[in-house]
Amino acid sequence: MSCTRRDLLGASAAVPLALATPALAQSGPIRIGMITTLSGPGAALGNDIRDGFNLVVKNAGGRLGGLPVEVVIADDALRPENGRAIAERMVRRERIQVLTGIVFSNVMLAVAPVVLPAATYISANAGPSQLAGEACHANYFNVAWQNDNLHEAVGQYVTQQGKRRAYLVAPNYPAGRDALTGFKRFFRGEVVAEQYTRLDQLDYAAELAAIRTAGPEAVYIFLPGGLGINFIKQYAAAGLRERVPLYGPGFSFDQDVFPAVGEDALGCFNSSQWALDLPVPANRQFVDTFEREYGRLPSLYASQGYDAALLIGSAIAATRGRVGDRAAFAAALKRADFQSVRGRFRFGNNNHPIQTIYMREVVKDEKGRIVNRTIGTAFEDHQDAYAAQCKLT
Amino acid sequence: MDSLLLLEQALNGLTLGVMLFLMAAGLTLIFGVMGVINLAHGSLYMIGAFAGATVTARTGSFALGMLAGMAASALVALALELTLIRRLYARDHLDQVLATYALILIANESVKIVWGPQPIFLGTPEAFGGSVEIIPGVPYPAYRLAIIGTGLAAAAFLWWLIARTRLGMLIRAGTTHRAIVQALGVNIQALFALVFAIGGALAGLAGMMAGPLLAVQVGMGEQILILTFVVVVVGGLGSVRGAMAGAVLVGLVDTLSRAVLPVAVREVLPPSAADQVAANLGAVAVYLLMAVVLAIRPQGLVPRHA
Amino acid sequence: MREPAPPHVRRGWIAAQAGLAVLVAAPFVLTALDRAWLLPTLTRMLAYGLGAAALDVVLGYGGLVSFGHGAFLGTGAYVAGALIHHAGAATPLLRWPVEIDGSLDALIAFPAAALAAGALAFLIGAVSLRTRGVHFIMITLAFAQMVYFLVLAIPEYGGTDGLMLPARHRLFDLPLDGDQPLYWVALVLLVGFLTIAQRSMEARFGLALRGARQNERRMRALGYPVFRIRLVAFTISGAVAGLAGAVLANQAGFVSPDLLSWQRSGELIIMVILGGQGTLFGPVLGAFALLLLEEELSAVTEHWMLVLGPLLLACVLFFRRGLWGQVVRAPAHG
Repeated sequence: MSCTRRDLLGASAAVPLALATPALAQSGPIRIGMITTLSGPGAALGNDIRDGFNLVVKNAGGRLGGLPVEVVIADDALRPENGRAIAERMVRRERIQVLTGIVFSNVMLAVAPVVLPAATYISANAGPSQLAGEACHANYFNVAWQNDNLHEAVGQYVTQQGKRRAYLVAPNYPAGRDALTGFKRFFRGEVVAEQYTRLDQLDYAAELAAIRTAGPEAVYIFLPGGLGINFIKQYAAAGLRERVPLYGPGFSFDQDVFPAVGEDALGCFNSSQWALDLPVPANRQFVDTFEREYGRLPSLYASQGYDAALLIGSAIAATRGRVGDRAAFAAALKRADFQSVRGRFRFGNNNHPIQTIYMREVVKDEKGRIVNRTIGTAFEDHQDAYAAQCKLT
Repeated sequence: MDSLLLLEQALNGLTLGVMLFLMAAGLTLIFGVMGVINLAHGSLYMIGAFAGATVTARTGSFALGMLAGMAASALVALALELTLIRRLYARDHLDQVLATYALILIANESVKIVWGPQPIFLGTPEAFGGSVEIIPGVPYPAYRLAIIGTGLAAAAFLWWLIARTRLGMLIRAGTTHRAIVQALGVNIQALFALVFAIGGALAGLAGMMAGPLLAVQVGMGEQILILTFVVVVVGGLGSVRGAMAGAVLVGLVDTLSRAVLPVAVREVLPPSAADQVAANLGAVAVYLLMAVVLAIRPQGLVPRHA
Repeated sequence: MREPAPPHVRRGWIAAQAGLAVLVAAPFVLTALDRAWLLPTLTRMLAYGLGAAALDVVLGYGGLVSFGHGAFLGTGAYVAGALIHHAGAATPLLRWPVEIDGSLDALIAFPAAALAAGALAFLIGAVSLRTRGVHFIMITLAFAQMVYFLVLAIPEYGGTDGLMLPARHRLFDLPLDGDQPLYWVALVLLVGFLTIAQRSMEARFGLALRGARQNERRMRALGYPVFRIRLVAFTISGAVAGLAGAVLANQAGFVSPDLLSWQRSGELIIMVILGGQGTLFGPVLGAFALLLLEEELSAVTEHWMLVLGPLLLACVLFFRRGLWGQVVRAPAHG
């Protein structure tokens, strides 16, 4: 639009254009909406989820569950209002019935009321406690974890390591609060402080000064993506790495941040439902094809995107592509009839995973790359703490 | 809160302060000499950071990256002045705001296309990787000290440029008696272009230095731009000395209020709510400072005609 | 005794009435065509049109470049949203000094939103209007940022996560659910404001406001209380922007601090300029144009800002009359 006369006519012509957008034809590929974070400090997470998901589709020649699919991707820029607007457009205007991809729980919570009455949502990352508990929904599935899970594992591990005073840092948003709740659920020592930072914060000078003054025995950070990159680097630059060991979930220590933080992450212990070196055939294939396709190692986010695509594919196959039959589609999803890269995987009553959580250590591998090595199992068949509040069966 | 911690936070405030000064000096010079309000000043900061990060990644030299960042921002600033900004000198401030707002949109989207939407995380230069015990018992990141040093050096250079050179004399004359300088037959067009380029170079330097502390990403310019406005208004529009005073004051108030407030608020609220309240009230402190300064000294702390 | 209106004014009335006819017909036509999903977008357009027209009173007629109207839009949205939120949670909005409960009644919430935004505009205006030019731009911007962070600081309303609303307001006990009711509310508010504003801009108040823009000293010498006139205009403008915010909150079912952001303030200015400042109808057209551009272009390319940016530049440099000026072929001014 400009202010010239001709363009004005062009503008009025655009309304019929919008009117003419066809209601999605039932034939053609099944459309899957992917709302994810592709810009800003959380961009690497959405990037990996998207790449993991697309890898499955690509390996199968543009198909999931044997039927052609089209993945419609949109960037929420980590803003709940953006996610909501995109979801509205996808569900109402484009009539997409299967959605996935949201990275951050605040976006998830804003989008859920828009999507769930009309479509099925399969979360490949965000797992806010609300949607696992009282607000659980028959058409909402989480193939990754409930937010608290990985943090619970580290809480237990730090206790086992004999650390008594822990300093906790997380961003101030739903998943950040879930994270520290999860950690505290299994940590038996004293929490020196719970520090909540801004979700777009990148400079942690003030927090680091406070940590030094508090003198804890362990520092626990849930700082995904770019937040973690900066914290870990600044932690080392402030001379704290030699004084206080740093712990976190896999979100703070995985392949999405290692290239940027380099050796500053070495020796940190973290938890994950997946690991690069898990001896599962599906995982070997995933890691190999991912590295060949994208020229980098996958992160846990990529594994979640990959599993989300496999899960959706299994339900498309089981329903022969009738994704609009929401009850049948949900029932097929709940069977979780796919080969997860994690090995054993099943859904609990609240459509959240029951799975094993591992502990990993950041090391250098034989090629000199910085990777995670699995050092043990924190929980087996672990279910989230909110399942009992969910009325689904 | 103990005094060592307070001292450390004051150093952090100073780091922010010198960055703000580099931004504010350019912004205020451009306003002072040309009477233009340039919203796209933050875009020059971003462009400097991206160009610098790219050169650093290619060559492995942070110093080269820094020079490249400054050069890129100066060149872009120059090109903007020659093609667009000079059309705005005679326009009202609304047109200037809108045109330079349009430049922000164009710059952000162009950078997104060239460099992608993902941020670049720039490493700290090797030489400043560690920490220095400038306060006994408190190792302080060497890189932050380097920023403070560089900022002060830039400030000294600016002072020399403005107070001791012929160019500086013209700039000083231009800010106070624009019409007379023009009447004296000085090539005012060249002077304007040069001032714009200097402002660009300073913004590029600030952007590149912020790279390792924050992240090089689309939109980074707008975050610092608004604080820069506050600095300029607090210091006095058009005054470089005012920019210095305002920058240090705003840097300290911002950092210290964010450091002190949480401690106070945590006494009465649970951690998550307390940090939310404290972080945002800390951000309000700067704007409150501006309102107070305006109420007492509407012309700013160090007005340019002083 | 009135002079006959110049042709562009007559054309303006015809265009405005044609626009109104289209907007009245739109819900029926769209529903018949099974395109009702466009109605929420149209409702948003109406609301932003209201906000932009409100800004036009101070910007276009008063010549006061407020870079902080997002704060009033957002305040209205948060007040409306908070009333719904507290009504849903059955908690009081305010315990002290007087206890105020949440409310689902639009006849309470919308006036409350306007009142709060108006009061805020009064306070900000009382300080900012003492300054001129660039100072005014920066100070309104800074005050808007202050409001932004103050709202973010309230834990109850979700901070950066925004506030989810469990319901919409009710009007005469009828819920404003679905696509149509809220559309009509927005349309009535817009038409009502345009009618009143059009009249008062032609009346003594509007003439004084415009006169102060042209020559402040002369108006002062003539005995007009320039500061007070501007403050009244600023306050009313803020209140109406708050009303627009209340519509937006109901439409989205979600209130986000994004509404208070400086980008939102900037977009409101763009709408005014795109449509044509000092015309009231122009900014409404500008709002429709900008949102349509966003809706259609963002579906085609994610880089739609690269279209908007140059367009805005071209508008500023070459087409200063704006869209409305083109429609009514008004003589160029300014």
